Amino acid sequence: MDAAQALADLTEISSQIEAAVLFDAGGAVEGSTLADEAKAQRLADAAAHLLERADSVRSEDVAVTQVEASLADGCVFVVRDGDRRIAATTVANPTVGLVFYDLKSCLRDSVPEKPKRRRTTTKKTDDDEA
Amino acid sequence: MKRRLLALLGFATGVLAGSVVLRRRFGKRRDRVEVYFDDGAMVSYADGAPEASPLLDAARDALDAVR
Repeated sequence: MDAAQALADLTEISSQIEAAVLFDAGGAVEGSTLADEAKAQRLADAAAHLLERADSVRSEDVAVTQVEASLADGCVFVVRDGDRRIAATTVANPTVGLVFYDLKSCLRDSVPEKPKRRRTTTKKTDDDEA
Repeated sequence: MKRRLLALLGFATGVLAGSVVLRRRFGKRRDRVEVYFDDGAMVSYADGAPEASPLLDAARDALDAVR
């Protein structure tokens, strides 16, 4: 499944999510529910900053996997899986566990499929058999 | 005696329920941020904590970006 389809499924199943953006470790946007590309990039940049600042919370070498910020007028969620990230904004007081579950599913489903390796067989020749 | 006890119990229940309703309606929810780590740990910071400020600023930027 590609990023656009995974994001479309995400907004269909979760009415609490207002906007979501998939981005990589460098901050490049892979897909977004926002029609405006500039807004999508701003959301990805802010989410990357949030993750970066969250990483400095603990001095030990422990990676941050997810962040939830709850504000008066909405919430911000960021989930990281390796080099891939997803950020979303929601209405105020969402069902936190459900939003995290949906974001993780979206992140997993949006992994670009690797081209299948073709099986190669070598024909035996008479010389090999001899 | 029994009637007075019941009235007192009713009054106490009413006061308790009223305080819960008032707190829910007018109580100010504080902004907060929760950070989850891959070792299973989680830390939560409420607005006002020194660690919360940079995280909440970034979260506000994210909300502003889409609204």
